[in-house]
This record gives sequence, C-alpha cells and structure tokens, in this order.
Amino acid sequence: MLDNIPQIPVAEWIDDGVDNITDWFSFIFNPIQDGFGWLLDTSAEYLAMVPPFIIIILVALIAFFLSGKKFGLAAFSIVGLIFIHNQELWEQLMFTFTLVFYASLISVIVGIPFGILMSKSNIAQNIITPVLDFMQTMPAFVYLIPAVAFFGIGMVPGVFASFVFATPPVVRFTNLGIRQVSDELVEASDAFGTTGSQKLFKVELPMAKTTIMAGVNQTVMLSLSMVVIASMIGAPGLGRDVLSALQRAEAGTGFVAGFGIVILAIIIDRFTQSLNKGK
Amino acid sequence: MPIKVENLSKIFGKKTKEATRLLDEGYSKEDILEKTGCTVGVNRATFEVEEGEVFVIMGLSGSGKSTLVRLLNRLIEPTEGSVEIDGQNLATMNKEDLREIRRTKMSMVFQRFALFPFRSVRENAEFGLEIQGMEKEERSQKAEEALELVGLGGYVEQLPSQLSGGMQQRVGLARALANDPEVLLMDEAFSALDPLIRKDMQDELLDLQEKMQKTIVFITHDLDEALRIGDRIALMKDGSIVQIGSPEEILTNPANDYVEKFVEDVDRSKVLTAEHIMKRPETVDYDKHGPRVALERMREQGLSSIFVTDRSRNLKGYVTADEARQARESGIEKLSEIMKTEVPTVDKDTQIQDIFNIIHDSPVPVAVTEDGKLRGIIVRGAVIAALADGNEVDADDA
Ligand SMILES: Nc1ncnc2c1ncn2[C@@H]1O[C@H](COP(=O)(O)OP(=O)(O)OP(=O)(O)O)[C@@H](O)[C@H]1O
Ligand SMILES: [Mg+2]
Repeated sequence: MLDNIPQIPVAEWIDDGVDNITDWFSFIFNPIQDGFGWLLDTSAEYLAMVPPFIIIILVALIAFFLSGKKFGLAAFSIVGLIFIHNQELWEQLMFTFTLVFYASLISVIVGIPFGILMSKSNIAQNIITPVLDFMQTMPAFVYLIPAVAFFGIGMVPGVFASFVFATPPVVRFTNLGIRQVSDELVEASDAFGTTGSQKLFKVELPMAKTTIMAGVNQTVMLSLSMVVIASMIGAPGLGRDVLSALQRAEAGTGFVAGFGIVILAIIIDRFTQSLNKGK
Repeated sequence: MPIKVENLSKIFGKKTKEATRLLDEGYSKEDILEKTGCTVGVNRATFEVEEGEVFVIMGLSGSGKSTLVRLLNRLIEPTEGSVEIDGQNLATMNKEDLREIRRTKMSMVFQRFALFPFRSVRENAEFGLEIQGMEKEERSQKAEEALELVGLGGYVEQLPSQLSGGMQQRVGLARALANDPEVLLMDEAFSALDPLIRKDMQDELLDLQEKMQKTIVFITHDLDEALRIGDRIALMKDGSIVQIGSPEEILTNPANDYVEKFVEDVDRSKVLTAEHIMKRPETVDYDKHGPRVALERMREQGLSSIFVTDRSRNLKGYVTADEARQARESGIEKLSEIMKTEVPTVDKDTQIQDIFNIIHDSPVPVAVTEDGKLRGIIVRGAVIAALADGNEVDADDA
C-alpha cells in the first residue's frame, strides 16, 4: 500500500530553492563574499603578522586580570599558546580565531535582538522556538552545502554555516533571561513610568546579563566547533590540519591539531565566563 | 480629593462579561469561578481617599488588596469602573498620560522591596528621576535627600544586598519619595520585616507623614498595623470592600460578622507585652553620681523616684526623692547607702495583665530588664490605659 505513494521530490524542491535563492540574491551574496571575505583574510593576516610573543603576553595579561588576579588561567594560556607555536600551528590558530571571532560576533549581534523580540511577544516565541530547534538539531554538515552555493568556498561560507548553527543559544538565553526577571521588578519599573525601551535597557537587560552571557558563551563554543567542520569547505585554520590528517590517516598530526583546538576552546571558554563574573 | 474610586472591578480570566453578569445577579466569587473560570479580584470598590490621609486597606490573603492597589496606578487594567486622580480618570487615559501620572503623582513601595540589585542604593533612589530624564547631578542630590530622610545618608554607595531587610525597605521608601509624589501606594510594605523592625518602620512612616503630609494608601493583612497607622481603614473580603471607617469605628462597630471576626482577636491586654508600653528610663549611675545628681534629675523630669544602675546599665535599685533630700542634708555622698534594692521587675515579654498585678501595689514604676540590664520602665498609667483599650473591645464583643 505504502509503496503506491510516489516519492515526494523534497530533495529536488530544496535544490531548486537553493538554486533560486543563489540566483536571486547573488547581488547580495557576491558582494558579501568579496567584501567580508576580504575583511576576514586581512584580519587573519594582520593577526598572523603580530609577533607571537606579543599576543601571548597580551592574552596572559587579560587572563590574569579577568580571572581576578589569579595566575592559573594566565599560566595555562602561556603554556598552551607556546605549545601551539612550537607545533608550527600558529598561523592556523590565527585563522581559526578570526573565524570564531567574526562568526560569534554576528551571532550575538543578530541573536540578542531576536531573543528580546521573543521575550516580548508570545507569538514571536511560538514561531521562533521551532526554528531554533530545527537550526540546532539539523546535522551541522548539512549547512555547508547551501553555504557553498551562496558564498563559494573559503572563510565566508564557514562563517555563514557557523552563524546558522551557533546562533540559537544566545537567542534562547536572551529570551529566558528577560522572561526570568521577577514580576516585582517589572512592576517596579512600570510603576515609575518607564517606557518600553527604558524598561528594557535600565531593568531587563541588566537583570538578564548573566543569563545572556551564558548564552554568548555557548554560542562562541558552538561556533568554534563549527569552524572546525567548516574546513571541509575550504576554511583555513586548525580544522584543516585535522581534516588532512584524517584523509591521510595520520593520528599524530590529527591529535596535535586537535590539542590546538582544545587549548583555544578552553581559553575562549574561560574568558567569556569570567567576563560574566566580572564587576 | 486626590483619589476617587468608583465601581472599580477587576475580573481575571476570559469570560469577564459573563462573570460581571453573574456578579450582578448576586453569585459569590466561588460560584463564578466554577461557572466561568474567572476569578473576581476586586468587586465594585467605591471609596475616596482624602489629601494627606493614611488610608489602610486590610483583608485576608486573597481578598484582593494587591489587585486593588494595582488598579490605582493601573499596573492591572480594570475591567470596569473609574479611578480619578486630581480629577483625571486613570482608567481611560492614554499610555503617555498614564506614564506621566506614574512619574510625577504616584509612587509605589513593594512587599519584597523590588530594589534593582545591580544598582547602588543611590542609583536605586534615583530611578524614578532618571526615568523622567533629570540631569545626573540634580537627581543624585534629590536621591540623597530622600535617603537622608529615611536615615540612610551613609549608605549611598552600597548595593542593596549589603543592607538588612529594614534598610532595604528604607531604600524602597526613599526611591518612592525621591519623586516627591502626591500619592504613595504601599503594598504590604512592612510585611516582610521582622516584628521589631516592622514597628520601627511604622513609627518612622508616621514621623515622615507628619512632616510630608502625603496621601498614602497602605495595604496590610495585619490589624495591629492597620490600627497603628491608619487614619481610615477599609476592610476587604472576596474582592469587595465590606467596611470603611476610622480605627475606632471598625473596632467598636464592626459592620458584619467578617469584620467582627477580624477584630475579635484584638484583646489588647493579651497581645500587648511590657515591651509595647515601656518608656525610656531615667537613671543615675551608682559609681559616678551622688544624691545631688539624683535629686536634680528627678526635679528636671518631675519624678518622685529614680532607678540606679552601674556603668553597664545593670539595675541596682532605686532612690526616692525624700531620701535623697535627707541624704544631701546629712552629707551622705554615696547612693548605695540610701538606695532600696527591692525593685519590682518584669522582662520584656511579660503580658500586661501580669504587669498589672505587680504594679498594683508598687510604690515605684516597674523596671523592665533583660539579663539584669535595665531596658525600660513602666508606669501605672500606661498599664491601665492599655487594659482599658482592651476591655472596651471586649465589652462590644459580648
Ligand atoms: N494575575 C492573576 N490572574 C488570575 N487571578 C489572580 C491574579 N492576580 C490575583 N488573582 C486572584 O485575585 C484574587 C485577589 O488576589 P490579590 O493578590 O489581590 O489578594 P491579596 O489580598 O493581595 O492577597 P495576599 O494577602 O495573599 O497578598 C485572588 O483570588 C487571586 O487568586
Ligand atoms: Mg497581596
């Protein structure tokens, strides 16, 4: 019985959709690909030109002050970064960092307003929540395909795929953080005659800050994981070393590049977390 | 007339039309909930609050007090009725006008303080002024004045979490006062405080009120509090106001069984303890002072005897004016030689009836002590007055 239903050509539809979007919006995609691609390349190259020891010292200093003048994180950063340099992965690290930086920056800039929208309107919440679920559960690799169609290969499609995959947490946490602000504080704000935006900026966002920062932390970590995957579509960085090690079945180089990613992940994670604890 | 409320209702739920109709037909809050799923929050409240008056709204939990007070500044949208402030109807005005009223004419103090934890005490007190767009310098100054007024002048830089509950609520009060509103809405503002601090805050509110003459709508579920601070009291039950009157009227003339029940527990002699009626003691120091000082103090204060303590306020005894005079004439220098050591004492939790029995045949006031230290004195008049209050209520109950 079931065999009698002809196969629905969903895949073809999506193919057509992606093709059409690529065509229609090429006037947007192409400049983005060029302009943003140039920005990414230049940033990474300039970063790679800075003498490594300066970056290492800077990172260590920031770590020291962010963690409340404790030495642990600073020491870890120094040792970890020297290790990466020693393994001749420094330039790759700079590229990976650049990608993560821009990808999470875009995620946060777009994600927070959506989170605010969601917190203010139940209708928006009901529409956006399933979209976020979809974005997060779809295997990350799948995003690479339309990303390539839209933006060719290289860093830009990597940032795009990462944006799709990593934005949901910051949206969700912003929504959650604002909705968690106690009724009494919201009432207090209203009772003093705040406008909507006064309430948002003077009460809700400051109250939700910790929660939003937890979302930012997750978003950054997800975009790091995505940036590694993005090496499959030609994004440079540590991920590319992992990928080529995989293709050549070289466990050693694979792990070394993997360590580099782990070190970067730990440093970024502790940095974003202590931003939260600060003040 | 600062506040005039007419037929003000709030029905929570979807079928408010049907619920209103059922209310008209005389159905109870419970029936309406069962039939329509709607909760009657406030049912046709009508009252007026005079300028400079402390208007207390009292009732059991769920009787609609919080809803009513939030209808006054429209934190809750009314289902029906009107709220007039200075002749403007709040219930129908547009958003901008409403904001203006909230910014300038009425402020609210909350049960659990509702301070902004990330703002310092000063920044909290500034909040209302900041919202109005006042310049930083001017609003800081006004906020500090308000904080000074509630006795927190030295804490402006602290965060709310660094303060005790009583102090936090002072910040809440200062935040409300900084706007210099005509009307203060206080929803169980002191209920979260422990009893002693609560009493202090009541006193302080009364002091402030004497100076400022605001119109205050004060919510409480505590009759004692209502009696202490209210010029008039409105009693609520199931969303309706069942009686409005002065404390005296409410106590002596309960409108119905519900009010009577509420009032019944206030047999003052059972509730009040030594602590409530004691006064600050006038004393002389055993080691430092002689009969001359004792006499001088008694003369200043118009006393016929005075208590004697040591340096750390441990009660030692008392001397009478007659004996001090004789001692002075015969050149005795030490109080210990003329002092009587048999002092009637009670502790601060002794109930008034028991104090009455002690003070009845005592020549001197009763001393209130705690671990041997003198805390206060009770004079006979205070006991009798307290007992008389209680008996009046009892007589009406019978
Ligand atoms: N947002 C709401 N939605 C539905 N019902 C509500 C809502 N707020 C209050 N109620 C109901 O309205 C009635 C009055 O509540 P209200 O909070 O005004 O009572 P209260 O006298 O302040 O009580 P308490 O002393 O416990 O604070 C209660 O039956 C309550 O369940
Ligand atoms: Mg209440």
